[in-house]
Amino acid sequence: MADLTARRFTVEDRADLFQYYIGGAGVAISLLKEYCPVGADSLGPDNPIVFAVGPLVGLYPLASKTVAMFKSPLTGNLGESHAGGRSAVAIRSAGYGAIVIRGASESPVYLSIDDKGVQFRDASGIWGIASSVTTGRIIRELETGAGTRTIMRIGGAGERLVRYASVITETYRHFGRLGLGAVFGSKKLKAVTVSGNHGIEVSDRKLYRETYDDIYRRAVESPVMKKYHDIGTASNIMPLNLQKGLPTMNLKTTTSPDAERISGERLAENYLGRRVACAHCPVACIHIAALREPYEKEPYFYKTTMIPYDYELIYALGSMLGIFDEKAMLHLIDDVEIWGLDAMSTGVVLSWATEAQEKGLISQNETLGLNFRWGDEPTYAKAVEHIVKQPNEFYAALARGVDHASKRYGGEDYALAFGGNEMPGYHTGPVSHVGYLTGSRHSHLDAAGYSIDQAALKDKLPDPKAAAAKLLKEEAWRQILSSLVVCFFARGIYDKDTVAKSLETAGHKVAPEALDEKGMEILREKNRFKEREGFKASELRIPGRVFETASPLGKIDEKYLRESVEEFYRLLYA
Amino acid sequence: MTRLTVVDADRCVGCQLCMFACSRRFGEGGLAKSAIRVRSAGGFERGFVVVACRACPDPPCMKVCPVDALEPRRGGGVVLKAGKCIGCHRCAEACPVHAVFWDDEANKPDICVHCGYCVGYCPHEVLAMREAEQL
Repeated sequence: MADLTARRFTVEDRADLFQYYIGGAGVAISLLKEYCPVGADSLGPDNPIVFAVGPLVGLYPLASKTVAMFKSPLTGNLGESHAGGRSAVAIRSAGYGAIVIRGASESPVYLSIDDKGVQFRDASGIWGIASSVTTGRIIRELETGAGTRTIMRIGGAGERLVRYASVITETYRHFGRLGLGAVFGSKKLKAVTVSGNHGIEVSDRKLYRETYDDIYRRAVESPVMKKYHDIGTASNIMPLNLQKGLPTMNLKTTTSPDAERISGERLAENYLGRRVACAHCPVACIHIAALREPYEKEPYFYKTTMIPYDYELIYALGSMLGIFDEKAMLHLIDDVEIWGLDAMSTGVVLSWATEAQEKGLISQNETLGLNFRWGDEPTYAKAVEHIVKQPNEFYAALARGVDHASKRYGGEDYALAFGGNEMPGYHTGPVSHVGYLTGSRHSHLDAAGYSIDQAALKDKLPDPKAAAAKLLKEEAWRQILSSLVVCFFARGIYDKDTVAKSLETAGHKVAPEALDEKGMEILREKNRFKEREGFKASELRIPGRVFETASPLGKIDEKYLRESVEEFYRLLYA
Repeated sequence: MTRLTVVDADRCVGCQLCMFACSRRFGEGGLAKSAIRVRSAGGFERGFVVVACRACPDPPCMKVCPVDALEPRRGGGVVLKAGKCIGCHRCAEACPVHAVFWDDEANKPDICVHCGYCVGYCPHEVLAMREAEQL
């Protein structure tokens, strides 16, 4: 535990927590409740930052994620975000299961953490560097541990407290959602590096190697894993566009004849420059485009920019803004990465602003002369800079998220946020939206409602109550995966028996049957935290746009959503 | 006699499965005992460098060992006699490609024995066991 105010650290043995809550999400929610006072200011010193890893990290493939928890400055309740890169293995190799950062520094600081403890390093010389990439480059030279360390850092958006600023790790992975970057910024914390070289013992060496080989073989042979390796998550663009489930131009529509231009296939063919993996992941889903462009006034002078792309980025900064020119889209992704903003929230905020200007709710007085038009990337790039720098009240409102901005300027019907968090890229049917509403993070990752919708294209849609039960079961199970901490892409490999067996080699005896209830308990704990901080399921706002624009399963019925949401919370606490 | 060979570092995605495999030979997780390392070539955007023992026919690491804890391996490289090693780090300092790593817990070098176990866990054909090529 590092205290930024006192500049002191302690190392505590909390085996009790790991024994009961496994690790990751389970331990993080427990520590968050312990250290975050009721009603704490999310941008004040009382808001703790918790990073937690789990017992499978460093032992098994695809157990590559770190869970961050904090009080979210965007929603005012649970902030939870997961990232891979080298972060999880680095924390485990340094000998820690979790890191808690409390207090706030008076002057800029970065933390260098290893097995000996925490160094509080002066960051006044790097504070004010707007680029998260440059910040990473500088710290890389200052610290040891190349190859096995993590460098988590913020860009200008975090410093300027944009409520959906992200924390970037290893250049291309993010604690993206719910504003961890702003919490870093509020503490004058520019970066956290972690490195270490501890081995991890197992209870049974032979069983460990056997279990490992079984998981490894299934991982490299799985067709799902091949999909994520070959084209990457961007392979979803074409099927969703064809099904008419790709949110486009602020969800005025769900398909575009131009979507092919920003598809995973097109990007792979013309731009894919490199694929990269998180530590201990054979899949390497991280796809990076190499964009080679000339300088305007200098003949034969080129620059090549390496820009990561994923489905959600293409949705938020491509289709949602009507940007179907792939180079323009890559530019905007690059800008958002450099400033250190959450791509999904940024895209949704800008798509709302575009429609609000179309409808005359805001004018060039508010936008400082910008005229938002679908597909106009240079204007959006200027707006992104304004969101970070907040030169007037309008951009300051945009920096607080679309919920806040639409309360102030109107247009709530098409302000696409759920529980205060901007919408993910699936308008596949009612269940995706029930998932956004009920998910503890209001994210598509909570329970993947879209997959229930997509199955219903061939089969029957479950009734609202059955849908709620399915979502709850999936979200509860995902608490186990995110306590281990295993990447959700590997959910098909880590079935209940595999989880129990791998946990056993890590010294954790859990009966496979007991895992469901444990997952449910962790999920309840997260929801209790939300309610403690003021969240009320009964007050969830559903933007009218969701009902206006048909999904692949037809128009969505508000009654279905309300009934399903009600059932979800009834079952959660039953 | 074959040795571990980096056949195409451009295919490396930085997953580090080779490193984990190397530590797993000793029946443990993590990376403390790994005698192979993958690091970025100055940031993930620039790709990866795979640092592995070249199995030198005339190994510099061996020559500087003050207690003869490193003995020549047939086919190149060295074998560590751990009982003799005093943990002085000279071998690590002498290796021009920085392929002698350090097990901090045991205070001994991690030395590649060219067993090829890591090759079986490289999903992207970066590593192979090959005969040493002479120029």
